[in-house]
Amino acid sequence: MTDFLLELRSEEIPARMQDKAREDLARLFTAELAKAGLVPAAIETFATPRRLALIARGLPQATQAVTEEVKGPKSSAPAQALEGFLRKTGLTREQLAERDGVFFAVTEKPGRATADVLAEAIPAIIRAFPWPKSMRWGAASASPESLRWVRPLQGIVALFGEEIVPVEIAGVASGATTLGHRFHHRGPITIGSAADYAEKLHACHVIVDQAERRALIRARATALAAEAGLTLVEDEGLVTENAGLTEWPVPLLGRFDAAFLDVPPEVIQLTARVNQKYFVCRDGEGRLANAFICTANIEAADGGAKIVEGNRKVLAARLSDARFFYETDLKVPLEEQVRKLDRIVFHEKLGTVADKVERVAKLARWLAKEGIVPGADPDQAERAARLAKADLVTGMVGEFPELQGLMGGYYAAAQGESAAVSAAVRDHYKPVGQGDEVPSAPASVAVSLADKFDSIMQFFGVDLKPSGSKDPFALRRSALGVIALILENNLRFPLRRTVDAEVLEFFADRLKVQQREAGVRHDLIDAVFALGGEDDLVRLLARVHALQAFVGTEDGANLLAGYKRAANILKKEGAADFTFVAPSYAPEPAEAALITALERAEPEAARAVAAEDFEAAMAALATLRAPIDAFFDQVTVNDADPARRTARLALLGRVRAAVHSVADFSKIEG
Amino acid sequence: MTQPLSFQGMILALHDYWSAQGCVILQPYDMEMGAGTFHPATTLRALGPEAWNAAYVQPCRRPTDGRYGENPNRLQHYYQYQVILKPSPPDLQDLYLGSLKAIGVDMTVHDIRFVEDDWESPTLGAWGLGWEVWCDGMEVTQFTYFQQMGGFDCRPVAGELTYGLERLAMYIQNVDNVYDLAFNDRGVTYGDVFLENERQMSTWNFEVADTDALFDLFRKAAAECENCLSRGLPIPAYEQAIKASHSFNLLQARGVISVAERQAYIGRVRDLAKGACAAYMEKNGWAA
Repeated sequence: MTDFLLELRSEEIPARMQDKAREDLARLFTAELAKAGLVPAAIETFATPRRLALIARGLPQATQAVTEEVKGPKSSAPAQALEGFLRKTGLTREQLAERDGVFFAVTEKPGRATADVLAEAIPAIIRAFPWPKSMRWGAASASPESLRWVRPLQGIVALFGEEIVPVEIAGVASGATTLGHRFHHRGPITIGSAADYAEKLHACHVIVDQAERRALIRARATALAAEAGLTLVEDEGLVTENAGLTEWPVPLLGRFDAAFLDVPPEVIQLTARVNQKYFVCRDGEGRLANAFICTANIEAADGGAKIVEGNRKVLAARLSDARFFYETDLKVPLEEQVRKLDRIVFHEKLGTVADKVERVAKLARWLAKEGIVPGADPDQAERAARLAKADLVTGMVGEFPELQGLMGGYYAAAQGESAAVSAAVRDHYKPVGQGDEVPSAPASVAVSLADKFDSIMQFFGVDLKPSGSKDPFALRRSALGVIALILENNLRFPLRRTVDAEVLEFFADRLKVQQREAGVRHDLIDAVFALGGEDDLVRLLARVHALQAFVGTEDGANLLAGYKRAANILKKEGAADFTFVAPSYAPEPAEAALITALERAEPEAARAVAAEDFEAAMAALATLRAPIDAFFDQVTVNDADPARRTARLALLGRVRAAVHSVADFSKIEG
Repeated sequence: MTQPLSFQGMILALHDYWSAQGCVILQPYDMEMGAGTFHPATTLRALGPEAWNAAYVQPCRRPTDGRYGENPNRLQHYYQYQVILKPSPPDLQDLYLGSLKAIGVDMTVHDIRFVEDDWESPTLGAWGLGWEVWCDGMEVTQFTYFQQMGGFDCRPVAGELTYGLERLAMYIQNVDNVYDLAFNDRGVTYGDVFLENERQMSTWNFEVADTDALFDLFRKAAAECENCLSRGLPIPAYEQAIKASHSFNLLQARGVISVAERQAYIGRVRDLAKGACAAYMEKNGWAA
C-alpha cells in the first residue's frame, strides 16, 4: 500500500475559504478515485495561505482487474438479434460465452496503474474546483477558456510513493519541489514523499497543518496576555482567520495609548478585530485593557519590536479616527441628528426614516399606554423611539454600521437621557437573531416591538412580503424578534389589536417554525393552531406545551386512541353534525357511564381552559379515557335500531367536541 | 542604518525600479480623479489584447476625506503610485516585493501579508480579485488582477498595483503625522507643501463650493460625454466621465446628495464610463 501527496500551491488563498477548500478537495478526490474503484484508507487535508494539500493513505499500486458481463440474446433468438449484439459489443460469435441458452459478452478489464488514475484525477479536480470566487490571470487569460483558480496557481506537487505523478495544467507541470516560507526560506524544497512533507515544510518555516497553527496561536496569545497580567478575550473566529493568514504564526503583544479607553470598549474591540484582526485583553477587573495581540507571519530578526510598533501605529490611527467620530458625534444633540433622518430613504415605497420614526414613536407610546407592555412609561417609550434612529447619521455608525443602536445608547446617555430611554435606544434592534439577548426593560421592549411591528406591517401593506427563500427586508427575523419579545416577557394581548389577519397568519407560521426548531412536535402545534381564533401567543404556547406533556402520558395516549376511534366512526358514518340529546331509551351501563363522565369533564375542562390551566383541562379529559374504552368494549354503536344508532353517534360527537375544546386531536399523529 | 528615503526619493526609487522592469513611466493625468485607476492609462489600456506596462504617480481627490489638515492620516488630496502590467506576469508578487525592497522595506523585521480584498469600482463597472498588502498591519498597497473593466472581460488580465504613497512614506520614515514627512532631503516637509492646501480645500469642499454650479457641471459633463460618444471619440468621452465623477464627489462632500439619489448618480457615471469603454473597444476593433 502506498501513500499519495498532492499540493496545489498558489498565491495567497483567502483565509475564509480555506476550510471549505479542504473539504472540497477531499470530496472531489474521493469521488474521482471512486470512479476507478479506489478507496484510500484515510485522507488528510491541509491548507495554508499558499497551499492546499491532500495526503491519501493506503492506495494499491493498481486497481483490481474487473470482469464485466453483458447479457445478450438467447441462443434460440433469430440471427438478427445476435448480429445486433455483436455489433453493439464489437465482438465475434466465438468471443461470446454461452450459458443456460443465453449469450454473454465478457470483457476482462485489466487493473490500471493507480498512478495513471491519479494523473487523470488531478486535472479533473482542479478544473471542477468550486471556489466561491475564482479568477483568470496571465497571458493565458487572453482566452476565455483559460483556467480559473482562486488566485494564480503556481505549482503542483504530486507524489505517489516517491514517484512523481506527471500532470500539466495551465502551464504548471507537477513535480516534487515546492516553496517554503515566503520570507524565511529561499529556493525550492524537494519533497521525498507524503511521509516527509509536513516535516520538510516545517524545516522551512511552514506549519502546514492548520490545526497546529490554530493551537499555537491560541496558546501563545493566552500566554502573552497572562505574562502581561491580563486575560485574553477568546475569539475562535480570530484564531481561525489568523491561522489562515500565516504559515508561521507568531503572536505578539503590544500596547496602545490608554487615553483611547475613553472611546466605548465595543468600538475599540470592533476596530481591533474587524480592521486589524487583533485579539484584545481584559484587566483584573474585567475592563478592556490597552493591549492588543497581533499575529505576525515571521520570526522577526529583532524579536518583533518593529512589527509591534508598526501595528501599534496603525491601531492608533484607527482609534484616533474612531475617537474623532465619537467626539464629533457627542457634540451634536440627538434631536439635531433626528432632523437629518428625513433625508434618508427607508424604502422608496415607504418614505423616509423620519416617517418611520414618527410611526414607531406613536406605536411605542400606544403599546405602553394600553398596558400591553406592562410597566412601560408612555413618555419614555415615545422619547426613546424618537431618538432610536438618530445614530444612523452619526459618523461612528457611518464608519461601523454594526454599532447602530449601541452608539445611540451611548450618545443618549451622554446627553442626559434617562437610563430607561438610553437603554431602549441601545437595545431596540434586539433580538437580532436566535440566541441574541431579548430586551426585558419595559421601554426597550415597547420600542423594539414597535419598530418590528412597523416594518412588518408597512412592508406587507405595500405587498413586499417574504416569499420562498427571498426575504430582502428580513421580515421573518423581525417576526421571530416579536415572538421572542412577547414570549420572554410574557406579554398578554391579542395580536389582532395591532396587526391584520394576513400578518397574524405570518406570525403563526413563524411561531410554528420556531417551535418546530425548538423540538416541539409539529403535529401538536398543528393540533392547537387548528382550533383557530387564538392570537394570544403566550396562551397558545401554554396550550401546546400542556398538550405535549399530556400525549406523552399513558392516559394521553389512550385518550388519543379512543378519540381516533370515535372520530373514525363519525367520519365513516358521514356524521358531521349531531346535536346530542339524552337517549329516549334506557342506555346501556357503559353508555350511561360515558354520559355521566362527559357531564363532569366538560364543565371542568371549560373552566380550566378559561382559567388557562391547560394541564387541568387535559386532566379533565383524561377522566374520559376509561369510560370511552368501556363504551367501545360494551356498546354497539351501529345498532339495528336507528334511534339508538343516532343517539350513540351523537354521543361520540360529543366526545369529539369535548376533546376539541382543548386541541384538535385529529391533527395528532400516532 | 541609512537615512530613509524622502517622499520624493521614494517616488524616484519606484520610477527607477519599474522603469527597469520595462514600464512606461508616465506623468500624472491632468484631471481631478478619485483614484489612480481612473487614469486612462489604466482604465482604457486594461481593455483589449495588447500588452501594456506603465507606472505613474496620480494625485487623488477625495473631497469627503478632507479633515482641514487636522487629522494625521486623512487627506482630501494625496498621491497614489500606480503600476499596470498587462498581461499580469507570473512573478508579479515577487516583482512587487522587489519594489518594497527598493524603497527600503526590510523583510527580515517587517511583516508583509497579502490579505484578501476584492476590488470593485461601481463607477467604472470594474472588478478584480487580489489583496490589500499589509506591512505590520498597515495597508500599503492594493494588489488586483483585473477581471472586468467597463463591463468587459479583461482578455488578457492585467495586474494592478496601487501604492498609498503617504502611508508608505510615513511608515518608511517612521513618522506619526503625514505633515511631518520629509518631502525631500533638504528639510522641506509634506506639511510645508500641502498643509495650507488641505485647510483651504477642505473648507471649499465642505462649505463653499457652489452646489448649483456643481450640479450644472455634472449635467454638462454627462451631456458632453454623450456628444463625444455620438462622434466616435472614446477618449474625450472618458475624460467627461471623469469630470462628472469628480463633480459628484464634490456634491457628496457638500452633503446635498441623499442616500437614495446617490445610487442614481453612481449609476449615471458608470453608464458614461461604460459607454466610453465600449466605444474604445469598438474603435480599436476588439470584439466584446
